[in-house]
Amino acid sequence: MPDQQFEPKIVGFLCRWCSYTGADLAGTSRIQYPSNIAPIKVMCSGRVDPTFVITAFADGADGVLIAGCHPGDCHYSVGNYKAMRRFPMLAKLLDQFGIERARLRLEWISASEGHLYADLVKSFSEEVRALGPLRWKQRIAPLCESVDIARSQAATV
Amino acid sequence: MSKPKVAFYWCASCGGCEETVVDLAEDILKVVDAVDIALWPVALDFKKKDVEAWAPGEVTVAFINGSVRLSEQLEWVRLLREKCPIVVAFGACAHLGGIPGLANATTRERILENKYFNAPTLDNPDGLQPLTACTVYGCDLELPEFWKDVKPLDEVIEVDYYLPGCPPPAKTVMSAVTAILEGTLPPKGAVLSPAKALCEACPLNNTKPETLSISEFKRVATSTPDPGQCFLAQGYICMGPATRAGCGERCIRANMPCRGCFGPAPGARDIGGKMLGALGSLGAADTEETSMVLADTLVDLVGTLYRFNLPASLLKRQYTSGTGVPPVM
Amino acid sequence: MIAQDEKIGVYVCHCGTNISGTVDVSAVAEYARTLPGVAIVREYKYMCSEPGQDLIRKDIEELNLTRVVVSSCSPLMHEVTFRKACNDAGLNGFLFQMSNIREQCSWVHDDRERATAKAKQLLAAAVLRVGQQVAMEERIVPVRPETLVIGAGIAGIEAAVRLADAGRKVYLVERLPSIGGHMAQFDKTFPTLDCAACILTPKMVSVGQHPNIELLTYSEVEAITGYVGNFRVRVRRRATSIDPTKCVGCGLCWEKCAVKKVPSEFDAGMSMRTAIYVPFAQAVPNKPVIDREHCLHFTRGKCGICQKTCPADAIDFDIQDEILDLEVGAIIVATGFTLFDAGELARYGYGRLDNVLTALQFERLSHASGPTGGEILTKSGERPGAVAILHCIGSRDENHLKYCSRVCCMYSLKFAHLVREKTHAEVYNFYIDMRAFGKGYEEFYRRVMSEGVHFIRGKAAEVSTVAETPEEEGKLIVVGEDTLLGVTRRIPVDMVILASGMRPAEGTEKLARILSLGCTRDGFYLEKHVKLAPVDSPSDGIFLAGACTGPKDIPDAVAQGAAAAAGALSLIDKGRVIIEPITSEINPEVCAGCQLCIMTCPYTAIHFDSERNVSVITEELCKGCGTCVAGCPSGAARQKSYEDSQIYAEIEGVLA
Repeated sequence: MPDQQFEPKIVGFLCRWCSYTGADLAGTSRIQYPSNIAPIKVMCSGRVDPTFVITAFADGADGVLIAGCHPGDCHYSVGNYKAMRRFPMLAKLLDQFGIERARLRLEWISASEGHLYADLVKSFSEEVRALGPLRWKQRIAPLCESVDIARSQAATV
Repeated sequence: MSKPKVAFYWCASCGGCEETVVDLAEDILKVVDAVDIALWPVALDFKKKDVEAWAPGEVTVAFINGSVRLSEQLEWVRLLREKCPIVVAFGACAHLGGIPGLANATTRERILENKYFNAPTLDNPDGLQPLTACTVYGCDLELPEFWKDVKPLDEVIEVDYYLPGCPPPAKTVMSAVTAILEGTLPPKGAVLSPAKALCEACPLNNTKPETLSISEFKRVATSTPDPGQCFLAQGYICMGPATRAGCGERCIRANMPCRGCFGPAPGARDIGGKMLGALGSLGAADTEETSMVLADTLVDLVGTLYRFNLPASLLKRQYTSGTGVPPVM
Repeated sequence: MIAQDEKIGVYVCHCGTNISGTVDVSAVAEYARTLPGVAIVREYKYMCSEPGQDLIRKDIEELNLTRVVVSSCSPLMHEVTFRKACNDAGLNGFLFQMSNIREQCSWVHDDRERATAKAKQLLAAAVLRVGQQVAMEERIVPVRPETLVIGAGIAGIEAAVRLADAGRKVYLVERLPSIGGHMAQFDKTFPTLDCAACILTPKMVSVGQHPNIELLTYSEVEAITGYVGNFRVRVRRRATSIDPTKCVGCGLCWEKCAVKKVPSEFDAGMSMRTAIYVPFAQAVPNKPVIDREHCLHFTRGKCGICQKTCPADAIDFDIQDEILDLEVGAIIVATGFTLFDAGELARYGYGRLDNVLTALQFERLSHASGPTGGEILTKSGERPGAVAILHCIGSRDENHLKYCSRVCCMYSLKFAHLVREKTHAEVYNFYIDMRAFGKGYEEFYRRVMSEGVHFIRGKAAEVSTVAETPEEEGKLIVVGEDTLLGVTRRIPVDMVILASGMRPAEGTEKLARILSLGCTRDGFYLEKHVKLAPVDSPSDGIFLAGACTGPKDIPDAVAQGAAAAAGALSLIDKGRVIIEPITSEINPEVCAGCQLCIMTCPYTAIHFDSERNVSVITEELCKGCGTCVAGCPSGAARQKSYEDSQIYAEIEGVLA
C-alpha cells in the first residue's frame, strides 16, 4: 500500500524552449496537476549535468524529471541527444547506488504539450509515491556511523 | 634551535603511503636531517600514551594516511588533531576514502559474513566472529569497533592539507614537506597538487581525434588499449579529464587509463556525475534504444567512477545494489 | 551561502486574484522574511504595474538593496520588465530573479495549502539563487538592415512590401515558381465579393518591381545560423532552366512543349499544364520554369523543342541549382497552409466519385481564368441543378483536425452565393455551427440566407451513389442528420463541394527545425504569446505571419503580415539589440585542454588554443545551450546566467 500521507518531492529540470514553456502552457490552460514537482529552468536538457541529478537526490529529492524538446526539435539542434545518452548511464549508476530507476525520468515535452506535462507530473508523482520516500540521507543513515564532527569546509575546495 | 617534529600515522590503508616515505630515497635523509620523526608506527614502536604526553604544538605536523573505519582510528586521529597544529591527509584513502572506501558499496554485515563464514580460504569451524569485548584466559580484551562505513579523514577531524594519490608521488611529498619547513604553505584546506585535470599533463592528450564518438565502452580487464592513443578515444573509461593532475601520469605511461586516485579536479563537484556528463556527450548513440545499448556496455559504474572517492562523493555509499532490495543490516 | 551584507528585496505578487486566489500570499511573504539575506518583503496586487515596479525602484534607492526577487508569473512573461526596473534604479538587472508562482503554481494547483507550500519552495529557490548571481553587462550587438521573408502568399507579400516601402532591403523566398500563394487561386473573396486577382495582382506586381525586394522564387531556405540581428541564411534556388535576363515571357515555349498532360497544381488538378510553364497568367515573375520531373529532355534525354523555339535563346538546360548565402537581421515566416486532404475521409467520395470537389477546385472552377472560364459545370459539362456544400471537412474532428479552420463557413457561404448567382441551382449547406465573426460576415450570412440557400444543421455523414428512389438515380446523394428537425435527410445533388479545413503547409516541420521554432499539437508554429505577441516567435528576431500559426482569413493574414513587418522594422531601425547573456565560457585557470567540449558543441563555437593548452569559446558563435558545461569533466566551462552554483542553490531551495 503506498503511503497516502507521503508527499514526494520531485525536482524537474525543464528546458526553457520546450518543456518549461509547455509547463507554462499547462498553467495558462489551467490544467491541474499535483504540486509535488518543483521546476528548475535550464536553457537545454543538454545543460543538465548528471551532477545536478545526483545532487538533487543527495539533498532529499524523491524523484527527478529531466524534460526537453522532442528529439529532432531541440532549439540547439542536438542538445537533447546528449541528455538522451546520459540518461540511461545515469539511471544505471543511480540504480547501483540503490536509487530505483523509476525515480528518474527523461521525457520530451514540447512547448505545446501542456496537457502532456500535466499528465506526466500526475503519473510520475503517483509512481514515486508508490515507491515511497527516498530521502537519501535518512535512507543511508542506518548504514553510516554517526560521528559528531562537522565535515570541514576545506574538503570541497 | 631544535628540529621540528613530525608524526606519521596510518588508519585503514594498505601501507603503500608508508612506502612513499621510504621512496623518498636519498631525500629521506634530507627529511631526517631537517625533522625529528616523533611517531611512525610502521617503522618504530610508539604507544598511545607517548603521544598523549606530547605538549600541544610540540609536534608540528601529523601526516595521516588511510581512511577511517575503526573506532580506534577515530581516537588516534582525534588525539593527533589535538596535539598537532597541522594535519595533512596523506594519500587517497585519507583524502577521499580510497580503495578501502569501496567497502561503502556493501554493508558491514555482508563484509563480516563473507570474511568469517563464506570466504573460500576460510577455516572457522566454531563460527567465531570478532567482538569488541571478550575474555581470553581470564583477561578482558577490548577490540576497536568495526564501523558501518568508511569515512575520509576530514569527516571525523578537521584537515589542513591534502596530499592526493594512491600513493602520493615522492616528489609531491617532498615539496609538501619543504613547504611546511619553509612556511610557504598555501591557504588552509588546499590540496597540494596542481589545480587542473590530468589531461593537461597527459602524454596522450594530443592524440585525441577531432571528433570522438564512442559506440562501445571497453575495459582493460578484457582487452588491451593501444598505448599510443588517448584511451578515451579508444572507448576505455579514462578518469583523466575529471581527475586532478600531479600524479606524474604513472598509470598512463604504463598503458593503464587513469583510475582517478588524485580525486576530482577542483571544479568537479562529483566525479561520477561529471564523467557521465562527458561520456554521454561523446557517445555515438542517437536513439533512446541505442543509448540504452551504449549504457549497457558500462560495467560497475560505481566501482569505476568512484574507485578512490566513494565515501567523499555526494551519495557517499551504496544503499543496495539491487533495485528496491533493502540491504542486509 | 548568501553573504552577510546582502540585502535582498522580495516582492510577492497577488496578480489580482490569479495568484492570491489559490496561494496564501501573506504566508509566502511571511516565510520570505525567514530566508537568508532578505532585507525587505512586500506583497502587492500587480507587481508588473507601474506602482508595483515603483516599489522595487524605491526600495533599491532607499534601502540600498543588493538583490531583488519577484514572485509572480513566468519569467518568460515579465523577467525583462523587472530586470529593467532594477536597472532603472541603479541595480544591475542580473541581480534579479523571478519565481514563477502563477503559471507553474497557482494556476495548476487548486489546493490552497499545497499551492502555498510550493510557492514557498519556489521562492526559497529564487532567493538562494539570486544570492549566487553576478552583475553582468548586457551584450549589445548590431542588427543588419535586411529582412528575409519566407513564403510569398498574401501575408508574406504584405510584410515584404511594407518593409520595402520603408526603405529596407527584403529577400522574399518562395518555394513555387510564382508568388501569390493561395489567394491567387481564389475567385471572389468574402464578404465583399471582390475578385481576388483584382486586389492581389497589383500587390504582386509591386513586389516584382520593387527596388528593395529581391525576389527568390522556386527557392527554399536550407539552413539558418546566427542569432537576432545577425542571421546567416542559406537558400537553394532551384534551377529553372531559363535565363531570366533573356526571357521575355512571350509564351512560345509552353505553346510548343511536347508534354501537355501534367496536372496543374495551380488549378488544383482541374486542368493540365506543360512541362515548361508559368503557373498562371498573372504569375510574378512571369517567366516559365522547366519542371524537370516531367520534361522529356531531362527524363529521356531527348526533345529540346522549347530551346529551338525560344526567340530569345533563354533556355539553358545546363543551369544548376544555385546556393545563395544571405545575411539578414530579421526573419519573417509566412509559409501559410495547405488544405486538409479530403481523400482521408473516404465516405465523402473525394477522388472516387465524379463531381465531388474540394474548396480549391471549386475556386478554380468558378474562376474566370479557370478550366471552364468561370462557368460552374459538372464533369460532363452541364450546369448542376443542385449543389451540396459540406462544412467542416476534417475540421472540429477528434480524428483529424481538432480545431475550427475559421474560414470554411465564410467561403462556403461565398460558394453558395456564387452557385446561386451563376447557375440558379438549389444549394444545400450542411453545417455544424455557423461561424460568421468578422467584419461584415454576419451581414453576408444573412444575405446568402435571403438568396434561397438551404441550410441544414448537421454534419453530412456520407456522399453516396446508391439510389433509393428514382429521383436519386444518377445523382450524388448527400446523407446526413438534420439536427434541427431530428430526421435523416437524403439530398440528391449534381455536385458536392467539400469545405476542407486548413493544416500547416508542407515543409512547416522541416522549416521549424531549421529555425528552431516550436509547433503546436496541430503542427502550426507556436507564437511567443498567443494573445500579446501573436506575430513574434519565441526566438528573438524571428516573426510569424499568416496561416503558418493557424487558420486565418485574408484580412487577418494581411494584418499579421503588416504587424510582422512592424516587428522587424522596429528591430532593424534601432540598429542594435540586447542579447541575453547566456553564453558559456571556459576558465583557462581550470581547463586542462581535454577538448571534449569541442566535440560536444553543436555550433563549432569552441576551438583549442594549443599555445595556452586550453579550449576557448568564441562568444559570437555560442548560442548558450550549456551542453558543453554539462559535458566538461573538470568543471572549467561555465554558463552565464545558468552557473552551476546558481542551479545548486535552486536545488537546495526547492528541497529546503
